[in-house]
Amino acid sequence: MSGTILALALGFAQVALGLAGGLAVLTILRGPRAQDRVLGLDTFYVTGMLLFLVTGLRSGSLFFFEAACVIGVTGFVATVALAKFLLRGEVIE
Amino acid sequence: MTHLDAVPLWVALPAALLLVLGSGLTLLGAFGLARLQSFYDRLHAPTLGTSWGTAGIVLASVLLFSWLEGRPVLQELLIGVFVMLTTPVTLMLLGRASLHRDRAEGSAAVPPAGNARPADRGTAGADGARGAATPPAWP
Repeated sequence: MSGTILALALGFAQVALGLAGGLAVLTILRGPRAQDRVLGLDTFYVTGMLLFLVTGLRSGSLFFFEAACVIGVTGFVATVALAKFLLRGEVIE
Repeated sequence: MTHLDAVPLWVALPAALLLVLGSGLTLLGAFGLARLQSFYDRLHAPTLGTSWGTAGIVLASVLLFSWLEGRPVLQELLIGVFVMLTTPVTLMLLGRASLHRDRAEGSAAVPPAGNARPADRGTAGADGARGAATPPAWP
């Protein structure tokens, strides 16, 4: 019973997060300006991180947590660097 | 699915609810990112995923792993705290970058920098000739 409920919820979460990642990729490809693409990349990072967490729940191992942590940190640094680049034309001056 | 069958119902139901809430909000945010019209509207949409989207999935993970491991597993909260601290920083920076670009192009969609802080006036006044003369608007 509880296994079925959890399996349904985890399946729904994986499908929803996959769709969200697809929409973020669509924004990266389509976005009319550069800032839209950076925003899409940030959304894609967050979605991928959440997908790793849900996959870790499904497999029952704690190792996916570390992958999700790394994805979160790299996503933050990537978005800040790209926004800085859009603002000034250089990342480090 | 062997490890999930052993979870009692009072743990499974809140965890499933939190999972559906979090992933549904993330999907809604990504949908808004793809559908909304202006960039400054789109900037708000993904924060659905980084506020309660992340919180729901992280809380479900804490709940399930705490029961599975038989001890409090709180390290997932680290991700939630980190995402909630960094998202305002990145999105404020991205919004300011976009505003700067729109003003530099003289776009009519954004208000001029007339009533901004004194530090902002330097970049808004020199439209075409932004060069080494003006100090940066953003430190």
